[in-house]
Amino acid sequence: MGFLGQAWTIAWKDILGELRTREMVFSMLLFGFLVILIFNFGIEPGLRDEALVKPGVLWSAFVFAGILGLNRSFSSEKENDCLQGLLLCPVDRAVIYLGKFLGNFVFVLAMSLAVLLFFSVLYNVDVIAVLPGLLAILGLATVGFSAVGTLFSAVSVGIKTRDVLLAILLFPVLVPVILAAAKSSAFVMNGEGLFAGGSWLAMLVVYDVVFLAVSVMLFDYVLEE
Amino acid sequence: MAEEQTLKRAFAEAPPSVIERRGGRGGGRSLWVDALGASSILAILFALYLALIWAPTEAVMGDIQRLFYFHVAAAWLALGPSFGVVAACSVLYLWKKDLRFDRIASASAELGVMFTTITLVTGPIWARPIWGAYWTWDPRLTTTLVLWFIFVAYLMLRSAVDAGHKRARLSAVFGIVGWIDVPIVFMSIRWWRTIHPTVIASEGGGLAPDMRLTLFVAIGAFTLLYAYLLVVRVRQEDLATRLDRVRHQLYLR
Repeated sequence: MGFLGQAWTIAWKDILGELRTREMVFSMLLFGFLVILIFNFGIEPGLRDEALVKPGVLWSAFVFAGILGLNRSFSSEKENDCLQGLLLCPVDRAVIYLGKFLGNFVFVLAMSLAVLLFFSVLYNVDVIAVLPGLLAILGLATVGFSAVGTLFSAVSVGIKTRDVLLAILLFPVLVPVILAAAKSSAFVMNGEGLFAGGSWLAMLVVYDVVFLAVSVMLFDYVLEE
Repeated sequence: MAEEQTLKRAFAEAPPSVIERRGGRGGGRSLWVDALGASSILAILFALYLALIWAPTEAVMGDIQRLFYFHVAAAWLALGPSFGVVAACSVLYLWKKDLRFDRIASASAELGVMFTTITLVTGPIWARPIWGAYWTWDPRLTTTLVLWFIFVAYLMLRSAVDAGHKRARLSAVFGIVGWIDVPIVFMSIRWWRTIHPTVIASEGGGLAPDMRLTLFVAIGAFTLLYAYLLVVRVRQEDLATRLDRVRHQLYLR
């Protein structure tokens, strides 16, 4: 089995577990819906720049809901010493990282798509017309989010205050992703096309590449026992 | 009290091997540290004189501009040496597994919080009369704020984990990721918007020679202060580690 095959096996283990228990994606989803709902009360209807606020609402929902999933990513491995078993797998640590990363990527993406639908109905944004552009941005941003998120989820797993600590560690580091994703999706939602915000897309790609590489290198040290 | 007496008794009975390294790493006073401390105090006083009395008053902004010397010096230390030392020592720790690098990184992060806070406090005081607002979401301001959050997160992480190699590993990983992140944060916000004045541009900026000299003295003075505080803090941590070790050995016997 190749490198990616091994990583996918680990990811599939997480996805299968989730399909059977359905405990995480639903809570993420509901939380994402709630963020969309709560933001609605903070925004005055008929606001002059309402169109500019919408991508911000969407990305806040993604980030807040996504971090719930990241919290579970490694702490679920704590039960029954699964983490020990995972570390005993005869594979490279980088494979374990990539496997967990793929799992998180799938969960966060699935949640985001459902939240996007909810958002499009409640905020009267026609996402169908601009779907390819939004999907591209969503995919790129989710890679960056899950790359750093998976690493920090592993960092915070053994810590008593891990839930709040993960948010404190992750949010400042995610600033470029959130900014670039919100800005480029504003271009897309205004019908200017995906490449109107070309430099923002480039930033997302750079962020993804840099932090995937850095995380793969550093993950080795995080779970060293 | 009881603990103190137990310790005293244990210390009296301890074999020489435990207590012989009295003058070792982190122990006692040291001439060069005192000299560093004295020179940083003198440098700060000199910088204060230059900035508050000697330097000419800025024609448009008036006296409020004098804040600038310390604002820039603190910002330089926060973004440059403080974070640079955190990142470098994080890498060195992961490579060499020497906890001393971890202690240096931690001390530097603490100073980073201090200098970032000075930057974030002096900035708005100046900005209120000059820009008409305490805060704008400019790249440098926002990056400094994000930097502050990263430093604080680093220290929060440290406070949540028990001292030792695990804490050193986890905080080193976070320190490296944070350090790589800061330039990207800066670039991203730079594309977003900017109104911050560029003081030291490649063409020399718009600074009078006297003001420039004052600025460099202030930067030098703050850098000396940073070096002194870093050394003191690291020695303190070294001593605490040694004390822990001695205590451990004494109780185990």
